[in-house]
Amino acid sequence: MEYKNTLTTCIYCGCGCGLYVETVDGAITAVWPAKEHAISQGKLCIKGWNATSFVNHPDRLTTPLIRKGGALVEATWDEALTLVAERLMTIKAESGPDSIAVLCSAKCTNEENYLIQKFARAVIGTNNIDHCARL
Amino acid sequence: MIEELRRIVEERLSALDGVVALRRTPEGVAPFVFRKGDDLSELEIAPKYPLMTVVSRLHKAFPDIRLGVVARGCDERAYIEMAKRNQIDPARLSIIGFACTAEEAQECYCATPYPQQLLVGTPPPPGPVNPIVAEYDALPLAERRAFWKRHFSRCIKCYGCRNICPECFCEACAMEDAAWVEPGLLAPPFPVFHLIRAMHMASRCIACRECEHACPAHIPLTVLYDLMRRDMETLVGYLPGTDISAPPPLSVKLDQAPLRMSGVGE
Repeated sequence: MEYKNTLTTCIYCGCGCGLYVETVDGAITAVWPAKEHAISQGKLCIKGWNATSFVNHPDRLTTPLIRKGGALVEATWDEALTLVAERLMTIKAESGPDSIAVLCSAKCTNEENYLIQKFARAVIGTNNIDHCARL
Repeated sequence: MIEELRRIVEERLSALDGVVALRRTPEGVAPFVFRKGDDLSELEIAPKYPLMTVVSRLHKAFPDIRLGVVARGCDERAYIEMAKRNQIDPARLSIIGFACTAEEAQECYCATPYPQQLLVGTPPPPGPVNPIVAEYDALPLAERRAFWKRHFSRCIKCYGCRNICPECFCEACAMEDAAWVEPGLLAPPFPVFHLIRAMHMASRCIACRECEHACPAHIPLTVLYDLMRRDMETLVGYLPGTDISAPPPLSVKLDQAPLRMSGVGE
């Protein structure tokens, strides 16, 4: 029997509430609010309490999918990223960098969001950047 | 006091599979199961978590496991109500009880800030009754409704009060049942959402205050539950968490229930 509580940050909004994911023998059994967390102080909203519900959800995507002839087909990461890079380069060449927008996510870390805005501005060349927490 | 607890835990671990307690790491304090050989200097007692929920989960998952638990008064009261509803197996649990501090008793408005199986510490004086209870008692009926409406209108329906509660262990919850609670409303329908929980807590609430601590909307939930506890004690003579041999009054047949009608509404 291995009982563990792993401290993590809620992945949903930008508040950054602290929570423990409780596992017994590696399987998730509960979420506990982190009572000493500077921001959330032992409180969570409904999303935090359910922050782990997608982890083993049957609908969760486990591989990239590429739409081919109207159907989503499983692909490797190399295939998917190559396709995205090629399409972005084509769209930028045909319609200019401001025809592209980047939507980043509260589920990412600050550092990941920094990288994606850098990618938008320095690589693509657009200021069209927005964030799911504003939706 | 904590040194004494650590010593007793170490002693008990020779005959147990583990002891449920709080552990402090650089990340913070969380529930943990100490095993033989673990560093007991990490054992902590605050901030409290409902540890009997962890005991219950492990008892159900591992039918042979023998556990200890480092318990405050409220933990032991939770154990008493859980054990009589088959959520914890008393034969496989050893309670290592300690007394809360006088400050904790005050903060929690706790009438019994120590367990019956007290091993460590001296019982502090009981905390005061929550002053909001007296304020509420002084209100006329119409204003009482307005009091709760005002507080419950802040509810963000996080279910935190239910999730953190050691006595909330039904597999299907009426608070999630569209037949009782119309889905998609914020605040949730008044008063049914909160009264479902209050009714279900009537013979279960052991006044641990976890629900109020977990509430992001600062709703004075323990006032509601203190009033329910007072009614249960006055009308039925049942104070949850005191007597493991007393059958829960709402779980017995109506014709056997010791309900005294005199006093209702007084």
